[in-house]
Amino acid sequence: MTTTTPGPPAVRGAVGVAHTRVEGRDKVTGAARYAGEIPFADLAHGWLVLSTVTRGRILDVETAPVLEMPGVLTVLHHGNAPRLNTDYIGLLGTPPDPTCAVFQNDRVPFAGWPVALVVAETPEDAREAAEALVVTYDQEPHDTALVDDHPDAYPAAGHMPAETEKGDLEDRLAASAFVVDARYTTPEEQHSMMEPHAATARWDGGRLEVVDSNQGTSWVQSELAAMFSLDASSVRVRSEHIGGGFGSKGLRAHQVSAVMAATALQRPVRVVLTRRQTFSLGGYRSPTTQRIRLGAAPDGRLLALEHLSLNQTSTVYEFVEPSAGVARVMYDAEAHRTANHVVRLDVPSPTWMRAPGEAPGSFAIEAALDELATRAGVDPIELRLRNEPDVGPVSGLPFSSRNLAACFREGARRFGWAGRDPRPGTRRDGRWLLGTGTAAASFGAGAAPSTALVTAEADGSFTVRIAAADIGTGARTALTLIAADALGTAPGHVRVRIGDSDFGPAMIAGGSMGTRSWAWAVTAAAAELRERLAVTTSIPPEGITVRSDTTEALGTLAQKERHSYGAQFAEVAVDIATGEVRVRRMLGIFAAGRIVNPLTARNQLVGGMTWGISMALHEEAVRDRNSGGHYAPDLAGYHVATHADVPDIEVDWVDDHDPDDPVGIKGVGEIGIVGAAAAVANAVWHATGARHRNLPIRPDRVLAATVSDSAGAGGGAADA
Amino acid sequence: MKEFGYRRAHDVTGAVALLAADPEARFLGGGTNLVDLMKSGVERPALLVDVRELPLDRIETTADGGLRIGATVTNSDLAAHPEVRRHYPALAQAVLAGASGQLRNMATVGGNLLQRTRCGYFTDVSKPCNKRSPGSGCPAVAGEHHNHAVLGASGHCVAVHPSDMGVALTAFDAVVSYESADGPGRSPITDFYLPVGDTPHRETALPPGALITHVSLPAAPVAAHSRYRKVRERASYAFAIGSVAAALDIEDGVVREARLALGAVASRPWRARAAEAVLTGAPADGATFAAAADAELAAARPLPDNGYKVTLMRNLVVSVLTELAGSDAR
Repeated sequence: MTTTTPGPPAVRGAVGVAHTRVEGRDKVTGAARYAGEIPFADLAHGWLVLSTVTRGRILDVETAPVLEMPGVLTVLHHGNAPRLNTDYIGLLGTPPDPTCAVFQNDRVPFAGWPVALVVAETPEDAREAAEALVVTYDQEPHDTALVDDHPDAYPAAGHMPAETEKGDLEDRLAASAFVVDARYTTPEEQHSMMEPHAATARWDGGRLEVVDSNQGTSWVQSELAAMFSLDASSVRVRSEHIGGGFGSKGLRAHQVSAVMAATALQRPVRVVLTRRQTFSLGGYRSPTTQRIRLGAAPDGRLLALEHLSLNQTSTVYEFVEPSAGVARVMYDAEAHRTANHVVRLDVPSPTWMRAPGEAPGSFAIEAALDELATRAGVDPIELRLRNEPDVGPVSGLPFSSRNLAACFREGARRFGWAGRDPRPGTRRDGRWLLGTGTAAASFGAGAAPSTALVTAEADGSFTVRIAAADIGTGARTALTLIAADALGTAPGHVRVRIGDSDFGPAMIAGGSMGTRSWAWAVTAAAAELRERLAVTTSIPPEGITVRSDTTEALGTLAQKERHSYGAQFAEVAVDIATGEVRVRRMLGIFAAGRIVNPLTARNQLVGGMTWGISMALHEEAVRDRNSGGHYAPDLAGYHVATHADVPDIEVDWVDDHDPDDPVGIKGVGEIGIVGAAAAVANAVWHATGARHRNLPIRPDRVLAATVSDSAGAGGGAADA
Repeated sequence: MKEFGYRRAHDVTGAVALLAADPEARFLGGGTNLVDLMKSGVERPALLVDVRELPLDRIETTADGGLRIGATVTNSDLAAHPEVRRHYPALAQAVLAGASGQLRNMATVGGNLLQRTRCGYFTDVSKPCNKRSPGSGCPAVAGEHHNHAVLGASGHCVAVHPSDMGVALTAFDAVVSYESADGPGRSPITDFYLPVGDTPHRETALPPGALITHVSLPAAPVAAHSRYRKVRERASYAFAIGSVAAALDIEDGVVREARLALGAVASRPWRARAAEAVLTGAPADGATFAAAADAELAAARPLPDNGYKVTLMRNLVVSVLTELAGSDAR
């Protein structure tokens, strides 16, 4: 079947009821094996050697001494590696990042670029030899500094138009009663998933098999097949358990170099990235510098809105962090202008990271709205409610459902927002100044074509096979519940097998689209299977299998603005004598469609909000301005929030029904971080009277703001 | 990685002899820093001599009423010891402000004093560092030095000592006892860490191959009224960007005795003697505390990006002393 759009799934109790992870026991007991620890006979180990210069050419790779070292099998580098095909557009509509197509030429475009792979009998031997390998370079001057108005910046589209514009911005700003004009910056952020990238490649009966940790097996399969000019059917990629991905786990240098080595040696080869290597090879969220101009009528309604964002990308690959895209969904104005620009620097290639665009973009625009609320003397929630658009501000399309106002109303009630004194710097608990803040959130709700196989087994149970990925989201469990309802059976009668490209093409775990896309395919196959079973008297030993493909059904869905929404609330404590900021509590109320599994959905949303605290206060990858490489690229130097930084976080959702959407799921993977950092930053202003427009809000920045704002809590105009 | 040998020492003499026989040998305590440094290639010992089984795991009260702490006492046991909590509360607070519960269960007192700086240039073998590779240069001075020294540094090295425990020990005049191939020795902790000068790779007064056996705390009634406060960029599991160990003895509103040591500002835990001189005999009020902080920080020489530490330390000293004065029952 390919065209049937399934009706609303029968409510039978599985979907919407909290269910612990079906593989939870395996994970906590260690029975679940991750890519770097699955045993293979005759396994060899590859260790990547990364450039120590930031820009230049490789003059020589002195392999001879290293080849004499214990256990060393081969050294791959640009002088002996096979040529790869990089002239293709991948599954997600983008060409491959040349960082992944390793060892193709002598150019070094950034510090931490892969220059060689040393393969040996043990990981220890491989590492010792890799660290002994002498590579000489012809070094060139580098530029790694992202600065406002960089002369080489240019508009770039990525997955959305680079620029949108309507109305006369300067005219509407001039006509405004209140104007905010401010710059905001966010730093380089690293995914920092618990499990670094790991892959084992081997040839098995003429087929290439890659056991990996990734966010989409059919995606990585298609990329590897294209890059090595192989038939897609002769490549199999498996990825059963994944210790976090957040956008980082697509095609990377580890899989490609492992395949090269396995091909050269004709034995299984494993390549595991170290934590430090993930900083330059795993992608990251580009730093952004953003300018926002808002103009409002006396009642706070926006007359003018401008959101400009600049991010960095590498010299070999264009990646757009589309921070200015948020306003295209969230806020309308008579004059409305948004633009995403990039500049190519001698830095690693950035990539998708949890809520790409929305995370940094919502920080800027939601902080700017808070500034506007203060100027206009309008409550920050009321200001947002007064600016709720009727249709997409740029597209003009209707919203499928937009329940932002319901989120704010429920959130305000639960958080105790009513009666909040808007004046900053007036509440104290010992040495701590206290403040509260809020911000809005949105994230797109999309779906992409997927295929699924559902089998009615002879014993009365069911097996679902789909190349989905559970990167810690609980997708495997969610699909079990969805399949159970769609099949009219109990979850215990359904086995869901995922993470294998042999199950056919499917959407990746990304864009908050995974569960929605896979559920669509699973329910479609299940519906047809039930029809088949209704006219079947007995099930043969091999069972009855139905395959679905949602490509055509997705094409029939009406064009609308489809998004999740949320309202974020934070209370913080700030010691302006030491610069310490602590979040005391957070509340997030979301309108995110149908919630499949409240347990894992809450987990996703709390996780996203925790990321928001981390983004607001801690995370910052530091680049050494002289060498051009990272400074302290590890989890001791790159701080993410610890348990002690994460207070009581409360999450709930409001009813959010999209009548013309057959699955009703919107996805909860990313919206939790959107707006969270702004809520924290706005609360810091409310506590101290100092605006922090540069993340993270470090103690030194709080101290500097306090010094520069010696007038104290009066105007709240201090910059930091 | 480099292969290494492993030996477990059963007595102090044997442990010292093993190290004397192999210049590439290192003592292994809890391994919470050394093993990390081995993983990052900063340390490449040929032999690890495990000292955790040595009979140095006791905390004893000395005849003068002080404490004698064995070098292999874990951080967790030190922080939980009733005599430490009663007589030197800032020491227990300092230990508990460091690392995580799991690390404190492994880490030892001797190892804590000998841990290396967390400067990101020191821990990255692809970068120059005078401390790791003498003469290669210090990229922090013109590079990233957000959390580097403002006191006592030199152009050769601006790294800070990471210990919390050491800050409290410094305030309380601890004495480090060691055993070397030439016999036993002692060093006041205030002399134990060498000035940076042009030899940042020489960090302590320990003779080569010597093993720390004990840390002694003299009796100090003022220490019973002490406090440790640590400021860091997140609430736990991070090194200080500034810390203070302070003790005050106040009578009739006048400071009779004061102890003050600062952390994360220098290559060693920093005894604030200039501040103590201002405090002693002065009224226990905010003006005195601010004057004391200013007296100590007058010697600060911040770099372009760590000047905030001077503000931070001034505020922190005043805040902690004010707290101590306010909680003084007398």
